[in-house]
Amino acid sequence: MNLSIDASFMEQSITDFLNNKFPGKVLGDYTYRGQFSLYVTADALYEIALALKEEAALSFDFLVDICSVDHLGKAWESEGRYEIVYTLLSLEHTYRFMLRVKIADHTVAPQSLCDIWHSANWLEREVWDMMGIEFKKHPNLTKIVTDDDLEGHPLRKDFGLVYEEPQFSHNHDEVLITPDNPNH
Amino acid sequence: MTLNMGPQHPSTHGVLRLVLELDGETVVSCKPILGYLHTGIEKEMETKLYYKSLPMTDRMDYMSPMSNNLGFCLAVEKLLGIEEEIPARAKWVRVLMAEMTRINSHLVWLGTHALDLGAMSMFFYTFRDRELILDMYEMLSGQRMMATYFRIGGLMLDVPKGFDKAVRKFIKYQPGRIDEFEDLLNNNRIWQMRTMGVAKISAEDAINCGLTGPSLRGSGVKYDVRKAFPYSDYDKFDFQVPIGKSGDVYSRYLVRMFEMRESLKIAEQAIDGLPEGSHIAHVPGVVLPPREDMLGKMESLIYHFKIITDGFKVPRGSVYVPVESGKGEMGFFIDSDGTNIPNRVRVRPPSFVNLSALAKLVKGRLLADVVAAIGSIDIVLGEVDR
Repeated sequence: MNLSIDASFMEQSITDFLNNKFPGKVLGDYTYRGQFSLYVTADALYEIALALKEEAALSFDFLVDICSVDHLGKAWESEGRYEIVYTLLSLEHTYRFMLRVKIADHTVAPQSLCDIWHSANWLEREVWDMMGIEFKKHPNLTKIVTDDDLEGHPLRKDFGLVYEEPQFSHNHDEVLITPDNPNH
Repeated sequence: MTLNMGPQHPSTHGVLRLVLELDGETVVSCKPILGYLHTGIEKEMETKLYYKSLPMTDRMDYMSPMSNNLGFCLAVEKLLGIEEEIPARAKWVRVLMAEMTRINSHLVWLGTHALDLGAMSMFFYTFRDRELILDMYEMLSGQRMMATYFRIGGLMLDVPKGFDKAVRKFIKYQPGRIDEFEDLLNNNRIWQMRTMGVAKISAEDAINCGLTGPSLRGSGVKYDVRKAFPYSDYDKFDFQVPIGKSGDVYSRYLVRMFEMRESLKIAEQAIDGLPEGSHIAHVPGVVLPPREDMLGKMESLIYHFKIITDGFKVPRGSVYVPVESGKGEMGFFIDSDGTNIPNRVRVRPPSFVNLSALAKLVKGRLLADVVAAIGSIDIVLGEVDR
């Protein structure tokens, strides 16, 4: 079996299927190092994911991963600050590809995929916790890995790594634990 | 009644906390609370040169450090487009050690899982055998647990003298020991009662929950990254992927026992057919030049200095590369912005996703089955929280 022909056949079928069913919602494709991705609009993501799962000829039944990238400060930030990457797998065809969404702001996030895949629940919670992307209609978008006291979303590029000066006897007075000291 | 289990509970395999809602002894709902081991590894990787992130990967799933190394190295190699340059010897040693790591991970799992369910002697037997694998790690890298033996482009060093003897000895004796484990457990009435029919999950539910690795295959789904998307010359090895039938704790146990035998088979093929040649690729500017060259060649010295101080630039783009670790599909998504540090490194943690199915597994079961269920999905909290 020639894998490369198979892969390009799948790429073509996915693109054709989505273009027919959701005209104007597929913004473009992106292939890097042999890995295929499609950029889609945020508002149609839920329907697209559901259709990809239910279409018998494609049957993307496995949600592998959801992750997000922050492009703050990059030359290409104007295309959308955040990028959310959904990795889908079809066990039947042994084929994997990525659905990508670019959003300008964390509030215009796509709808949650919890209804479609149980695994989306925690993966989306982690994306929210680490990068603050507010998935719509998520049943329980709460903190999952970070500390309850932590404010902000650590994986954002404007969340700096904070160095805390340790307090010893020789610098006891310089390093005071006060509300004014931002490090404490 | 609400019962708090953990975070300092020995059968939660780390610092997992469960808030259990009970009706008598039956679990009504289970709410896992994580984050006690969160160390911000993904964030820290965004501040480091590519090769400096490598030691952190060991520390996520500390039962299978070499599988994590392999995933990260493969992802960076793919981003750089140098997969073709990796010498066959490096690939085969990687396969050999990845399989030894799988056995290591499964042995620790078996020992602790059996300990949780009351078979204490298993723990001593499996840890005795695991020592032999740690000895191999030490031979290769000087470290017993966090080996960081793989490098971007190949291996840290070539395998030392006497290494193949240690591997062959292990391959010779280990199958008999696995037989011994199975003798102790398979037909043991207590073991059967604690595991058979407990924490069942159907194939559809397992797929829906995103389970991977032996936890998915225990439900009868034949998905293994090594077969589905072969990496690092896995397609040249002859091995089988075992699947379970019933999807309960017992079938996940059987799958892992079978996998250890298959791993030994792969390891035997790898050590028998180990190709000659270099242990690391020759890619100037990315891979450190050999020590001898640096003493006589100006370019090598300059490259060495440049790589150590400034790293290497990676073209803009992003890839997702999974490997089959002992726990399941361990994936690395790396986004590069064209500089010498990654813009984003995302680890697809098998334990994290497997753990999200726990509430489904234990609902309506007895409290004692929670311990069996946690053990059977084989989580490691270092990787769940990262």
